[in-house]
Amino acid sequence: MRRTLIAAGIALATQAGADTPVLTVYAGDYFTSEWGPGPIIETEFEKLCECDLQWSTGDLLPRLLLEGERTKADVVIGLTSDVTARARATELFTVHGQDNSALTLPIDWTDDTFLPFNYGHTAFIYNETTMDAPPASFDALLEMPDDVKIVIQDPRTSISGLALVLWVQAVYGERSADVWAKLAPKILTVTKDWSASYGLFTDGEADMVLSYTTSPAYHMFAEEDFTKKAAIFPEGHYFMVETVGKIAATDQPELADKFMAYVMSRDFQAMIPTANWSLPSALPQSDWPEGWSELPLPEKVLFYSETEAAALQAEAIETWRNALSQ
Amino acid sequence: MAQRAQPISGSAGAVAGSFVIAAVLAAFVGIALRAEPGAGLGPAEWQAVRFTVVQAALSALISVLLAVPLARALARRQMPGRRMLITLLGAPFILPVIVAVLGLLAIFGRNGWVNLALDALGLPTVSIYGLHGVVLAHVFFNLPLATRLLLQGWQSIPAERFRLAAQLDLPPWMVFRSLEMPMLLRILPGAAALIFVICLTSFAVALTLGGGPRATTIELAIYQAFRFDFDLAKAAWLSVVQLVLAGGAAGIALWMIPQIPLTGGLDRPVRRWDAKGGGQRVLDVLAILLGSAFLLLPLVSVALSGLAGLEAVPASVWRSAGVSLWVAGLSVCVLLILALPLAGWIATRARGSVEAIGLLGLSASPLMIGTGWFILINPIADPVSLSLPVTAVVNALMALPFALRILVPVLRETLDSQGRLCLTLGMQGWAAWVWVLLPRARPQIGFAAGLTGALSVGDLGVIALFADPDRTTLPLQMYRLMGAYQTEAAAGAALILLSMALAIFWLCDKGGRYSAHA
Amino acid sequence: MLTLDGLHIRQGSFELKADLSIGQGRKVAVIGPSGAGKSTLLGALGGFVDIVAGRMICAGEDMAKAPPGARPIAMLFQDNNMFPHLTIRQNVGLGLRSNLRLSAKDEQQVQTAIDRVGLSGLEGRRPAALSGGQQSRAALARVLVQNKPLLLLDEPFAALGPALRQEMLDLVKDLVAETGATLLMVTHAPEDVARIADDVVFVDEGRAQAPVPAAELMANPPPALRAYLGS
Repeated sequence: MRRTLIAAGIALATQAGADTPVLTVYAGDYFTSEWGPGPIIETEFEKLCECDLQWSTGDLLPRLLLEGERTKADVVIGLTSDVTARARATELFTVHGQDNSALTLPIDWTDDTFLPFNYGHTAFIYNETTMDAPPASFDALLEMPDDVKIVIQDPRTSISGLALVLWVQAVYGERSADVWAKLAPKILTVTKDWSASYGLFTDGEADMVLSYTTSPAYHMFAEEDFTKKAAIFPEGHYFMVETVGKIAATDQPELADKFMAYVMSRDFQAMIPTANWSLPSALPQSDWPEGWSELPLPEKVLFYSETEAAALQAEAIETWRNALSQ
Repeated sequence: MAQRAQPISGSAGAVAGSFVIAAVLAAFVGIALRAEPGAGLGPAEWQAVRFTVVQAALSALISVLLAVPLARALARRQMPGRRMLITLLGAPFILPVIVAVLGLLAIFGRNGWVNLALDALGLPTVSIYGLHGVVLAHVFFNLPLATRLLLQGWQSIPAERFRLAAQLDLPPWMVFRSLEMPMLLRILPGAAALIFVICLTSFAVALTLGGGPRATTIELAIYQAFRFDFDLAKAAWLSVVQLVLAGGAAGIALWMIPQIPLTGGLDRPVRRWDAKGGGQRVLDVLAILLGSAFLLLPLVSVALSGLAGLEAVPASVWRSAGVSLWVAGLSVCVLLILALPLAGWIATRARGSVEAIGLLGLSASPLMIGTGWFILINPIADPVSLSLPVTAVVNALMALPFALRILVPVLRETLDSQGRLCLTLGMQGWAAWVWVLLPRARPQIGFAAGLTGALSVGDLGVIALFADPDRTTLPLQMYRLMGAYQTEAAAGAALILLSMALAIFWLCDKGGRYSAHA
Repeated sequence: MLTLDGLHIRQGSFELKADLSIGQGRKVAVIGPSGAGKSTLLGALGGFVDIVAGRMICAGEDMAKAPPGARPIAMLFQDNNMFPHLTIRQNVGLGLRSNLRLSAKDEQQVQTAIDRVGLSGLEGRRPAALSGGQQSRAALARVLVQNKPLLLLDEPFAALGPALRQEMLDLVKDLVAETGATLLMVTHAPEDVARIADDVVFVDEGRAQAPVPAAELMANPPPALRAYLGS
C-alpha cells in the first residue's frame, strides 16, 4: 500500500516535468546553499540548455557507493582528488570529453574522467592584528612556541585534513612523525570538518586554522576585511582540486556534455572565484576577477597523483594518529 | 500464577516492540547485505572503545556527584523564583548539541568568560579541549537530569522523618547518614547508569571538544568508517560493539534506573528543621549559585551572540526552521504511537523486562540505522525523498527509553487504582485508553512529547548524509552557515534553534498539564 | 438468581470455598472477621479474583470464567469508584456505554438517574468538587443506569459518617426495590444488617456459609458469629 503510494507520488512528480528535460546533478551539501555557487550555476546553465537543472545534495561518495547503478545522477560535481580513485573504481563514470590542455592549473592534469573546475592550496590562515610574527616557513611554524594554537581537521573525515597530512608527507617524508610530534602541542583541537575549524578561528579560539590560500579572498571581497592572511611557505603548498564527472549511464548524455562544456566556459570560470571562493581551473590569471591576482599564492605546488596518494595515505594518517594520540 | 485481568491487552505493545526490534535488525541486515569483509577492528578502533567507556564513566560519575549538593540545596531552600530556577536548570538536557558547544566555548573557550576572568586576575588559563572538555560538555548536558532525579529522591523522604530528626536534635551529619544516605544509595547508581548509557553513544561533542584523535568515540569511529573508508563491515562491527556495550550496561542497570519525574511536583520544598546552621546555608547558596552559573551562563552567551546575529539571518533559515518543526512533530507522533502501547504493555506486567526493547534505539548508532535503511529502501524508492521521515523515526527511537521511563509509572498507577472500575464497566482496549489512561497520563505524555520534540529539533542526525536541498533542517542549515563564513548568521540560527527546542518542550509540557486533573 | 456450586477461590495462598444460592431480589449482607475473605468473595464474583474450580451460575449461565465486563453485575469498591478526571455526567454515562457514545435518549436516561439520586445541577462537576456523600450518590446513579440484575457493594460507604452511611443504605434499598436487583454487600456493622439485609452470608475459616434470614441469625447467632460480634 505504502509502496504504491510512493510510486504514484514519484510518477506524478515525473509527469509534471515531462516537457522539459531534467539534468540531475549531485553536489556537496554546501554547494547548493544560497551562499554556494549552486544557485548561480543553475540559473546560468538553464539559460543555455533549456532544461531543468536539479540539485541533489549529500555526502557524494558514500551516496554513490550506496546507490550504485541505481543512481539518479547525470553529473556529479565537487568530487575532490582524495576520492576520485574510489569514484573511478565504481565504474559509474565515463570520459568528460573536454580538452585538458585548456586547463590553467599549476600542475599537469591528464585525467580524462574527472574534470577540475576550481582549485586552491592548503594554507594556515592567521589574523594579522593578533599575530605579530607569523611563520615564514613550515619549519618556522614547527619552531613556534606551544601557546600558539592551531586548529586542524581530521584527515579521516575531511578533505582538507587529508591534504594537510599529505602536505606534511610531501614536505618532510620520513621525518613526518617528528614533525607531527612538534605540531601536536600547538594543535588546539581536531574538528570533523572545515567549517567547525574555521568557526573556532573566527571566534578567536585559535590563532591559526588549516584552510585554503583563497580564504582571505572571502574576507577581502565579501567583507572588506583585510586582516586575515594566508601564511605562505617556501617549502610549497599542497594542491587541492574539485572536479566534475559525467555518469556513464545517464539518460541525458547531451545535457551532461553541455554541462561539462559549460564548466569550461569563460562565463563559468569567471564566476567561480567569487561564487565558491577558490581559483578557476581554466582561466588565465590575467582574466581573474579584480583583485584576485594580488592574492598571495605559493611559488611551489605539491601534489600526489591519485595512485601515489592511495599508496601513501593510510600510513600517513596512522603517523598522524599516533603522534596526536600521545 | 495467572495474570490479573487488565483493561488493556499487550498485543499493541507487542507490535510496537516488534517494530523497534525490526527497525534496528533491518538496518543491520541492510548493512550486512553490502558489507565486504574488511580489515576488522584495528588498534585505532579499540582505542576508541576504551576512550568511549572512560569518558562515559567519568561523565556519569561527575554528573551525579555534582548533582548531590545542587539537588540537596534546591530541595531544602525556600526562595523566590525557585520553581522557575528548577525549570531553567533542566534546559541543557534538551539543548541541541551544536548550540551547546557554541555556548560552552563562549564560557570555557580560550577567549571565553572564564579564561578572560582568570587572565585578568593574573591566573593561568584553562583549556576546554581534550578528555576533560568532552566530560565537561557531558556533565553540562546531564547534570540537569541527575539533579532532577535526586530532587525527586529528596522529596520522596517523608517530611515526618525530618520532623523526627529535628525532635531528636540530630546533627547534620547524622541526618545525612540516617535519612539522605539511604535515598542516595537507592537513586545514585541508577542515575549514573542512565547517564553512562547516554554518554556512550555521544558523537557530536567529541567532534569539536575532543582535541584530537585520542578522543575518538565509537560513534565518531562509525562515522569515519562510513565517510572515509566506506568500510561497512567495520562500521557494522563498531555498531555491534556499541550496541553490546550500551545495551549491556543499560540492561544490567535497567532495574535500578529511577523514573524521570515531571517538573510539576518538584516545586514544593521539603520543610526542614535541620539545615538552619550558617555553614549549611553558605554551602547551599554556593551550590545553587555555582550550579546555576555553570548551567545557565552558556545559554545566556548563546542568546547574547544570537541576538546580535539575528539580523543577518536569511529567510532560508526560517524555512528550515519550519522543516525542523515538521520533523520534530512527526517524530513526536511516531514516538507516541510506539511508546504508549509499549508503556501500556509494560505497565500490565509485573517486572519491566520488556523495557529493554526501548533501550535498543538509544544504544544503536543512528548513523548505522540511517545507512542500513538507505540500502534497503534504495531498490524500492528514492531514499533521499524519505530522508526526513527516516530522521523522524530515528529521533523517536532515541527518545523511546526516556518516554517509557516517564510513562510506565503513571500507567501502572492508573491501572492499579482504576483498572477494576474499567473492567466492571466493560471498558476495554480503546475505551480504556481514550477515557481513562490517556487523560490520566496527560501530563506525562506532554512531558515525553516535549522531550522528544526538543531533542529531535536539534538533532543533526542521519539527515547530514542524505540531505534533500529543498528540505534542510535547521541544525543542518546552521552548519551550512558556518561552512559559508556566515558566523554571525549562524549565531542567530543557533538562538532560533535554542528557542525552538525550549519552546517545543515548554508548550508540550504545559499543554499536558493544562486542564489535567488529579 | 445466584448459585455458587462448589466454588473454589484462590488468591495467592488464601483460599475460600462457597456452596450457596441466593434468590432473586434478595438483599444479602456478607459479614465475617477481618481477613476472612469477604472482599475476596465479592472480588471473585466480580471477576477480579481467580475462580479455580466450581461454577458460578448467574441468571442461568455459568460466569466463573467470564471477563468482568461480561458478567451481569454492577459493583462498587471501597474506593476509586469514580474516574477523577471525568465529570459526573461522563462517569454515570460510562455505566450505559463504555465508549461514552451517548444518544439523546441515553443522555436523558443519565440525567434521570442523576436527578433520581439527588444530584441535579451537579452533573458537570468532577468528583473532587463533590462531598463524600455526593460522590457515593453519583456512583449509585451509575449503578442505576447500568441496570444489572446483581449489585455487589464492597463497603463503598465505609469512609462516610454513620448518618450519611445510613442515608446511602436507604437509597440503595430504594434503588434495588425499584430495579428488582439482587444485592450482595460486605459490611462490618450489625446495624447495617438490621437496616437493609434480608439474609446474611457469614464468611469464616475459608468458607462462605449459606444465607440465613437476617433477623433469625442476629437474634440467635452461632458461636463463631457471636465471637465476631463480641456481644
